[in-house]
Formats: sequence, C-alpha cells, structure tokens
Amino acid sequence: MAEKWYEKSGEQGGEVISSRIRLARNLKKYPFPNKASLEQKHEIAQSVKRAIEESNSVLSNKLSFISMEKLNQTQAASLVEKHLISPEFASDRAGRYLMLSDDESISIMINEEDHIRIQVIDSGLSLDGAYDTANNIDTLLDEALGFAFNDKLGYLTQCPTNLGTGMRASLMLHLPALEKSRSVRRIAGNLTKLGMELRGTFGEGSDAKGALYQLSNRITLGLSEHTAIENLKNIASQLIAQERKSLEELAKDLELQDVVYRSLAILKSARLMSNDEAMKLLSNVRIGMTTGLIERSNFAALNRLNEQVQPATLMTANKKDMQPQERDIERAKLLREEFKDY
Amino acid sequence: MLCQSCKKNEATTHVKRIVNGSIEEYDLCPECAKKLGYTDIFSSLQNEWNSLLGSFFGGGLPSRSGATRCKGCGSSFAEIAKKGMVGCPECYDTFYEELLPSIKKIHGNTRHNGKFPSSSGKQLAIINELEAMQEQLNEAIARQEFEKAAELRDRINELKGGKNNG
Repeated sequence: MAEKWYEKSGEQGGEVISSRIRLARNLKKYPFPNKASLEQKHEIAQSVKRAIEESNSVLSNKLSFISMEKLNQTQAASLVEKHLISPEFASDRAGRYLMLSDDESISIMINEEDHIRIQVIDSGLSLDGAYDTANNIDTLLDEALGFAFNDKLGYLTQCPTNLGTGMRASLMLHLPALEKSRSVRRIAGNLTKLGMELRGTFGEGSDAKGALYQLSNRITLGLSEHTAIENLKNIASQLIAQERKSLEELAKDLELQDVVYRSLAILKSARLMSNDEAMKLLSNVRIGMTTGLIERSNFAALNRLNEQVQPATLMTANKKDMQPQERDIERAKLLREEFKDY
Repeated sequence: MLCQSCKKNEATTHVKRIVNGSIEEYDLCPECAKKLGYTDIFSSLQNEWNSLLGSFFGGGLPSRSGATRCKGCGSSFAEIAKKGMVGCPECYDTFYEELLPSIKKIHGNTRHNGKFPSSSGKQLAIINELEAMQEQLNEAIARQEFEKAAELRDRINELKGGKNNG
C-alpha cells in the first residue's frame, strides 16, 4: 500500500497540515453538468477514463476509476472526511465518478459542479509541487478531450465564480493561538478584501474543530496561477509568523503547559472518546510538539489521526456500521495505542 | 399564538435551531425576531443573491435577452440567472454582454491572465498580460506612482522583447 499524503509531514509541518490545488475544467462538446443528461455524464466519465488509460503516463497505473453509485453512504462520507471529494459530490452520486490515486494525493471528480475537478493534495507547504502535478494532468487531459476555453474569460466553468484559471489553491493551517486571541475572525474579514478566504476546515467559522483552518484564494479571473499561489504563500507566511509568535508567548504560561500535558495524558488513557474531543486533544498535542513542550514530535502521525478519528473513516477502517458509543470506544483504543510510548 | 419573547404581540415567525444536537423551536413576533437577528438570515441572503444576479437585469439591458436562447443548450438568460448556473460553454458567447457585469463584480476583473491551453496558442497569453500591464501602467501614472510605473514599463518591454524573439 502506498504511503498516503496524510501519513507524511512536509515543510512547515507544525502549522501547515496540507497544500491543495484544485482545477475546474469542462469539455467543449458537452453542456455543463446542470444541463447534461445522465447518458452524457456517463459518456464524459468514460472519455476521461480512456484519456488517462491511453496516456501511457505513470498516471494510468496510479489512478483507479470508481463509480460513486457503487459506494455506500459511509464510504462516500469517509472520502469527504479525507477531503478527497466535496460533500455535495457524496450526497447525490448518480452519474458521478471519481479517479483516485493509491496514495490519495490525486483525485479527479467527474460531473461535480464542473465536468472535471482535478485535485492534488500534498503534506506541508508545497503548493508549487501540487500545482505542477495538477498542471500536468490538466495538459494531458486537455490534449485528449479539448477543454472549453475563451480567450478573454479563460477556462469556462458552470459557475462564473470559477472562470479564468479555474484554480482554487488552499492550505490547511493549525492556528490555535490566533484562535485563542480571537484574531481569526478579524483576519478572515481582512482577507476577504484581498480576495482570499479563511474558514474552519471541519465545521464552519468560529466552530472550527481542532483549530484547523483553510486558507484559499477566491479570485480566479485576472490573476495568473503563479500570482495567486504567490499571494497565498505570502499571506500564509505572515499568518504562520504571527501564530508562532503568539504561541511561543502562550507556551511560557503554566496554564497552557498544563493543558498540553493533560491532553496527552487523556489520549494515553481514555476509554471513550468523541470525535470533537479527539480533535481538540490532538490540536493540544500539536501545540505541545510545535513549542517543544512534547519532545518527541511526530506531525505525520497527527495528520493521519486527524483523518482516522472521523466517524465515517473509522467505520470504513473497521468495515462495519457502528453506533456512536462503539465508535467512541474504538477511537479511544486507536489513540491509546498511538500515544502509549509518549 | 403570542410571541414567546415579549409575550405581547402575535407570533408570525417560527424559528428552529439546533443546539448541541437537539432541536429548539420558538415562535416570535416580527419585532422580536428582528431583534434576535432571525429575519436577517433571509433578508441578507436575499440581498446577496440580488446583488449578484441583480446586475444581470440591471443597467438597462437590451430586451432581446428574454427571447434569445443559447444554440448550444437551449438555455435562456432568465434560466441562467434563476439557477445561478451557466448552461454550456457556448452560453458565455451568447450571453457575454449580460454576464459581464456580474463577472466583473465577482472577480473585479474581466480578462483571463494565466494558463492557456496549447491549442489556443501561447502568444495570446502574452497579449493579455501585456494589455493588463498597460492598464496598470496608465493607472500608476495617473496616481503619480512613478517608481511602480517604471517597474511596469521595464516588464512590458521585457515581455515585448520576449515576444519578438519568440
């Protein structure tokens, strides 16, 4: 089994969990998904599949072709929890297909809001690398399929909000100190003016679980991919610098130290663990590892656990439907095992 | 039924919200609902939607948009505006003028600057970038930001040079 992106930790791994690039593309010859028949959607999916298979690239061996109709609710929900597909894509699965690489770093949603959504995820701060991969897949598919493009408006998309590059670049960031000082909302407001968005990764707004936030660009028309990525990196590095500074201050405080060590102790010994509590404790342990309070740092394990503790992912791993309490037992067991040597 | 908040006026708004996984329900009069911020959910949503799509219909659009249908997918402009979704790639040609105001509102721009598929020719990418930079240059001069203007001028010359060589 290939190592998954979330089993690794990358550049700036303390604060940056992952980098993601998404490209929205549509075939010239077909109406957009809201006007396409089910038959046309199947045709589109088959032609994407063929284009990948016949490309003779490394991709053809790496990507598997999944009919969303054949997945059950839990399997589909698990893909959402791992950020491989959108919630919308999981809820109505008719005529929808997914191409997924075995390391789960590349996912191609077929017939979501656009015919094709190419998504590349990598651990840590690696937007450039993720973009290169997405760009190569885009070029390869474009040569085979012919994407809808207009000289003035760029890549044509079902919703005008994605016109131009069709690119959404995003970073998943851990911002507990900024959250604690209530700066996140203010920063998010300012970022909107700069054409960017900062919101909770799991849950919305102030409800962000595990202090995990998604920073992404909103504007796709008029800015090149390169500029959009540079802008995002620039803002991210400022956010990270602020976060680090505030966290270092906080770490001198006995109260925060107490929270970190208690969290680790609970993870090592709890018998029942809800998803919300797990996310909160994992966030506290990440604080401990970032500030050096916990000497042995393993961000890769935290990245993996953020996914593993989610309800549908937990059930998919156990290959059965589980009641909430069964999940809490299983989740606690998984975490005890993971942290026993800390 | 009387408003559960002020217990004076007739309740007209039914509010349902989920708190810690359980559903709470209230009946409120318009005044209390407004005070508690409940009517705003709809009015702000409505405003946002209208401001996005309002530009579709505003600005004295030619009446032809009502009757014209896209040759590619048969969508009328009214259908697109109602759904908030464009029907097919050809719609962007058919309804270019009508769509442009909202595109400008969303992005603050109306011209692509970025990757061009190989089939469309790279030359075009440079032309678009040049035009965009020329606009920025004019603005910089108008604002008397000469340092920025000089920088832009150099980059424009560089691009022009590159194009001639290529």
